[in-house]
Amino acid sequence: MIRLLLRDLKLAVRAGGGFGLGLGFFLIVVVLVPFAMGPDTSRLSSIAPGVLWLGALLACLLSLDRIFALDHEDGTLDLLATAPIPLEGVVVAKAAAHWIVTGLPLTLAAPGLGVLLNLPSDGYLWLLVSLAIGTPALSVIGAFGAALTVGLKRGGLLLSLLVLPLYVPTLIFGAEVARRGAEGLAVVTPLLLLGGITAGAVALLPFAAAAALRINLR
Amino acid sequence: MSIWKYANPALFMGWSGRVLPVVAALSALCLITGIVWGFFFTPDDYRQGSTVKIIYLHVPSAMMAINAWVMMLIASLIWLIRRHHVSALAARAAAPVGMVMTLIALATGAIWGQPMWGTWWVWDPRLTSFLILLLFYFGYIALWSAIDDPDTAADLTSILCLVGSVFAVLSRYAVNFWNQGLHQGASLSLDKKENVSDVFWLPLLVCIAGFVLFFVALVLARTRTEIRLRRLHALRLRLRMSEGAE
Repeated sequence: MIRLLLRDLKLAVRAGGGFGLGLGFFLIVVVLVPFAMGPDTSRLSSIAPGVLWLGALLACLLSLDRIFALDHEDGTLDLLATAPIPLEGVVVAKAAAHWIVTGLPLTLAAPGLGVLLNLPSDGYLWLLVSLAIGTPALSVIGAFGAALTVGLKRGGLLLSLLVLPLYVPTLIFGAEVARRGAEGLAVVTPLLLLGGITAGAVALLPFAAAAALRINLR
Repeated sequence: MSIWKYANPALFMGWSGRVLPVVAALSALCLITGIVWGFFFTPDDYRQGSTVKIIYLHVPSAMMAINAWVMMLIASLIWLIRRHHVSALAARAAAPVGMVMTLIALATGAIWGQPMWGTWWVWDPRLTSFLILLLFYFGYIALWSAIDDPDTAADLTSILCLVGSVFAVLSRYAVNFWNQGLHQGASLSLDKKENVSDVFWLPLLVCIAGFVLFFVALVLARTRTEIRLRRLHALRLRLRMSEGAE
């Protein structure tokens, strides 16, 4: 599993720019927001936590179809399915690799982009914490969606349609933590709920994703 | 002898063909009685005036929107566990019906909300969770139509339905987090003192029965169509095979 993780990381960094793509998209989304909403700093600072969360979520979505599609095309996935490690483990490794190349950089970049949106100074810590806790859930849920659509020719758009409703609870609680943090309110309840969703998704969804993969490889 | 016997496609075609006209007639009867009764023979509400009458469409369609998803969930489980084809086809048949029920509930709710709340739409927990339910229906139907092989499609959509149900419930309670919103709480429960008055309650009950029967009739009809389509497909394949052999 560790090897698989390292292999995926190497592939992501070396081959074809998938690594920076999500980050660039996130940057552009955040830069475009003031153009759409007007440069009024107080308005920007009130919507900043939500915009940063939404931007991170969309950037995460962008690279989901790469989780299994390339391996499915060249037959690696068939080999992995017959390998001695369980398919659930493969899913976990793949989702972890996806998180390290998208979720983690997005989390680290978010405070920098917060400056552009005039995020209140209390907000940075909680934005960082909420993204760090929430993005693993985005990667695992995304891996499930990618496993469902792996065999399809035009899976990309369908993948977004399937995955976005599943992102709703994570987005609500994540943005709620960031918003309350920015406004200086108590963050414990949404933070615990966000952590619960992530823990539940990481624990259970690999089984669903592996089942979907088995069906698709049949 | 067990209940599963009736899941055999041939037997299903037999009994559903006999049941379908009865259910359809009963549902038409209930719907016409309930709606005519509700629209013309109930008094206006003392505060809402005649706008209250849209309840006879709004409440039953909202109930069926959720019930259709629950039925799809059960049918998906039966397909995954016992692999009865009729079950998978019934889940597939129910999805568009449930989606339309969700749309009706949202549209009638907006029409009702405009005069009463002064707005077509608010991000109230109940309204929001219905919108999310609609998105789940979209995803489910899109996945069904995207996959060619029927068994693979049935498997994958069943898994999506299971996972989606968990997330739909999560979303339902997550949106509660904001505020209580404008929508009123439950007022049709059997165990509460303060409920809708009997004058409105009885025609509403007839309407709900009508919607349930309507849903059953539509699902039966659509499932029968699916089975016939499959049989046709199989026959055509067999014909092509035999032509190739000669």
